[in-house]
Parts: sequence; C-alpha cells; structure tokens
Amino acid sequence: MHWVNAVVMLVMITSGWGIYDDDVIIRGFSFSSFWRLGDWAAWSLNWHFAGMWFLVINGLIYLTYGFVTGRFRQKLLPIRPADVVQTVVDTLHFKIAHEDITVYNAVQKLLYIIVILAGISQVITGLAIWKPVQFSGLVSLLGGFQTTRMLHFAGMAVIVGFLIVHVALALLVPKTVWAMLAGGPRVSADSQVQAHLVRRGHTA
Amino acid sequence: MRSPFRPDIVPDTAILDNHKPLIRSLERRGVIRGSLSLGALVLLTGCDVKRPEAVESALLAISRLNDGVQALLFNPNRLAPTYPASMILRPPKFNAYYDVMDVKPVDGATWRLEVSGRVADKRPWTLQDLRAMPQTSMVIKHICVEGWSYIGGWSGPTLRIFLERIGADLSAKYVAFKTADDYPSSIDMATALHPQTLLAIQYGGDTLADPFGYPVRLRMATKLGYKNPKWITAIEVTNTYPGGYWEEKGFPWFAGL
Repeated sequence: MHWVNAVVMLVMITSGWGIYDDDVIIRGFSFSSFWRLGDWAAWSLNWHFAGMWFLVINGLIYLTYGFVTGRFRQKLLPIRPADVVQTVVDTLHFKIAHEDITVYNAVQKLLYIIVILAGISQVITGLAIWKPVQFSGLVSLLGGFQTTRMLHFAGMAVIVGFLIVHVALALLVPKTVWAMLAGGPRVSADSQVQAHLVRRGHTA
Repeated sequence: MRSPFRPDIVPDTAILDNHKPLIRSLERRGVIRGSLSLGALVLLTGCDVKRPEAVESALLAISRLNDGVQALLFNPNRLAPTYPASMILRPPKFNAYYDVMDVKPVDGATWRLEVSGRVADKRPWTLQDLRAMPQTSMVIKHICVEGWSYIGGWSGPTLRIFLERIGADLSAKYVAFKTADDYPSSIDMATALHPQTLLAIQYGGDTLADPFGYPVRLRMATKLGYKNPKWITAIEVTNTYPGGYWEEKGFPWFAGL
C-alpha cells in the first residue's frame, strides 16, 4: 500500500504541476518541464485523472486497514503536546532515538496524521474542482471555486513538504528504508497484546 | 504478523488448470495494471518518456472510462449556481486556439445555420429566426480547463427548444457543431437538453460581440469552457462519435462540471 501510494502520489503531484503551469496561481512561479508529468496540459490532465482512481482506491484500503486493525490508534495515538516539544528539543540536541523503529515519536505521529488528513483533503478539494456543478454545495462550503483551487494547491504543498522531510529522515536512518522495502520488523507480542487490550477499552 | 491478505487454504492446482480461460480473462485488468507500472517506471527511472504509444493509449482508455463516469455523475436536473447581473464581467474573457487579433468576424446578414443528421426539418436558420424564439438568460460561471474562471451573462434560445423545433431525435447520442473558425465540437444529448444550455446570441443584454462568437455560440453551465464553440455554422444530431478540436489533441471529451 505504501509503495502504490508513493508512486501514485508522485504521479498526482507532478501531473498536477503540469496542470498548474497552464494557468499559474502565483504570478511568475511555474514548474520547469523537467518536473512535470505529461509533455503538455492535456496529458498532465490525463495522468491526473487516471492517477486519481489509484489514489482513492489505495487510500480507502489503507484507511480501512488502519482503522479496522487498530493500527492507527496503536501507532499514531496518543499525541501529547509536551511530547512533541520534548521530541523537538531532543532532536535539536541530536538525542533522537531509533532503537525501536516500530514506535513513532510524537513529531512523527503528528506529521503522519497531518499528511493523512492532507491526502483526504486533496481528494475532497479535487472532487470539488473536478465537478463544481454536481458538487456545488461542497464548493460553496469550501469558499468558492477559486478558493477550493487554492486549497487543492496548498494541500499539494503540505504533502510535498512532508515528502521532503520524510524521505530525508528515512535516508538518515538507513534501517527504516530496509523496513519499508521488506515489510518492517515484527511488532513484539507484548505490544500486540497491549494494543488489543487498548482496543477493547482496558487501559493497560 | 502474518499478512491478512494471504489465504489460509491454497487452492488445488487442478482447479487452477480447469479454470485457465477464466483466469486469463481476468488479465484484461492488466491494461490498468500496465499503465500503473509504466507510470512507476517513468518516475523511478526519472527519464523523460515522450508519450510512448502504450502509455498514451492506456491514458486515453482511462479517459474514455472517465467520460462514462462523468456521464453517470451528470444530473440533468441539477442547476449550476447563478449570480446577480451586477457580477457580469464586461467584456468577457477572450479565449481561443489563436490570438484575438486573428478573429475573422462573421456577417450576420448572410450567415445561415445549417441543420443536419437525425432531424425532421433541415431548413437552414437565419439570425432573425433565432431572435424570434423564446429567450432564456443566465448569469453563470465560465470555468476553463486551465483553472481560471469568470462570471458571464448569456441569453438566447435553449438548445433544447431549438432541437425540439427542428424535430431532432432526442434519443440520439450526440449533438455536433461546426464553426466559422474551424473548431469542431460535440456534446452528449443529456447536456444538450439541460435547461442551462443555450444557443447564446447576447452577452449582458447586448448583441454578442465579434470576438465572442457573433452571431451565435454555445454556452453551457455544466461543461468546461473549451466545450463551448463560437461562430456556429452547422449543427448535426448523430449517433456517431464526432470528437472535437481539443479532444483530437488528447483533452477529455465529456468535460462536465
């Protein structure tokens, strides 16, 4: 799921840049053709409208899997503001621990939640600007067609920002790359029991 | 943790052998899979693949599939939002595949609208004939595939009334347009019959100006800008896919909003 998503995200981002360049939002700012998927707008659009199906289907499987197995709750919650601050302070002191890569630190949890929400938001704003008449209620809820278009662009920026940090940090901690390619280490039996109890409502 | 997607019981190989044709038919999905892995290949190698035919045809196949999905999403009774007349942009934004300086004005006095295909009455129309029909006005948003938009006010007979008047086969699939600027276009019948689909002859209460399609152009609230041909000279009702100027170059055909 991660690698389908990685490929589809890159397809959506780079083809989106091709569409953006047809009528730029920020005057004077465009993407060079090297970074665009599709040699002109028509093909960027076709890539974008093909990629959307893979993004949505894969995304739905991922979200369902995350919620049903309790993976999201186990890995991404809870987030305490104090932990986020502590992680930032630790990182600035180069005291970042990666002995157990099955446990995310607070900043990781926060970033993963942000990027998941950004992905969902991209699908919603994308649907709105694709079908602004059929989903006119959604468009006015989001603040109009042009505002929704800006939101769709901003969502891309959030995801690209995440990607840069995500890839850079993964490369700094090489064993995570191997985990991503090979499927990751076994989560210990203890933590599975723990997660099970948490799911059932027993506080451990 | 064992993958939840792996079956516990592996099917007997004899069963697989007996169902070979079925299994092979499932491989049609390979088209989609192929397009995805090609996409991956392009990205992973980071090279500039200049639209190889396999990629192009896979993308076009998905685009045609999307045309079908868009037709399903199209609700013939849903109206696009309308705006007060005070918001009309004057003059409207010019857009074509050539510069505004290259517009060749059409003489309204000698202009005729040809009608052909699956219609009962094939007599050509004059501008006076169109003016004599019941007129509808709408102030709607024009949305371009590039991303820009503006609010415009259009008046003229609805295409539905026009099609009814010429005795068109309303169960036909397509309505096709030819124009004075060589910009063929076509739409689905459902959109042709939508109440916000006009043969526009006025903008903001005034006769349509030359750069915007005088004497008559199509204006639909439910399709992207490039689906609205200007300076229309002929209308055909047909069951044969007619295509269009940008569609031939790869843009989606349905282009519904």
